[in-house]
Amino acid sequence: MTLLMVALGAAVGAPARYLTDRAVQSRHESVMPWGTVSVNVVGSLILGGLMGAGTGVSASVLALLGTGFCGALTTYSTFSFETWRLIEEEAYGAAVANVVVSVGAALAAVVIGYAASAALTG
Amino acid sequence: MPCVHSLDPVDPDVDLHVPLDRMELVRHHASVLAAIASGGAVGAMTRQLVGETWSTSGSFPWSTFLINVSGSLLIGILIAVLGKLPAQHRLARPFLGVGVLGGFTTFSTYAVQSHDLVTSGHPLVALVYLVGTVLAALLAVVAGVVLVRRVATAWQGPAAGA
Repeated sequence: MTLLMVALGAAVGAPARYLTDRAVQSRHESVMPWGTVSVNVVGSLILGGLMGAGTGVSASVLALLGTGFCGALTTYSTFSFETWRLIEEEAYGAAVANVVVSVGAALAAVVIGYAASAALTG
Repeated sequence: MPCVHSLDPVDPDVDLHVPLDRMELVRHHASVLAAIASGGAVGAMTRQLVGETWSTSGSFPWSTFLINVSGSLLIGILIAVLGKLPAQHRLARPFLGVGVLGGFTTFSTYAVQSHDLVTSGHPLVALVYLVGTVLAALLAVVAGVVLVRRVATAWQGPAAGA
């Protein structure tokens, strides 16, 4: 049952990542992979919100939205690959910026998610 | 009339600033999205099973660390292999790269676990986890790409001389 929920959430999350990435990447000129940054930050915000709700979220909802949707909406493989490609292209500043912005913004998003969820369910 | 615009749905050479190039999104919509959705489901289920069977002992989130590092190794191998092939199925990268590996690895759990390590009084472990995953994943991508290049060279070497 848990596995089915994870699969369903991921079947929506993964295409949502692809579509968001394409939409974002077609709208800017910089070398920064803003599409991947966007999905990683949004997914971290939602997962932070789910975790902040604590027992207010059932195990199956957590499997569907957390492990499935947020897990598949966000990606580490693309993040590390794009960072490596920036390094290979000698865009060192952009590579460092990609790591710092991705990690920093995702952490901030988790904090905001937790806080918003605590305020709503409090 | 020669077709100057690639139809490969994930061709990195497609210039998305060109409206005609952006049309490839529409043309291959359904099959590409289905490949990504099914690949994502396979990847996420694998992540769930790894997390269930590989229960983490201690405060360091080893299972997510290994998932993200191995996924990075595999994306390096995948893209290098696809780059070496004379032709590839147009759904290969959407299914395996965007779908399976994107669904297998996760940034949201990585961020939440780091946050939780700080709030549970393990800021040093959080820092090691945050920086350690970034460095290990980058090394894994390079290792994957280099591995494929070496194998390809060893393979083509004798054949080219024959």
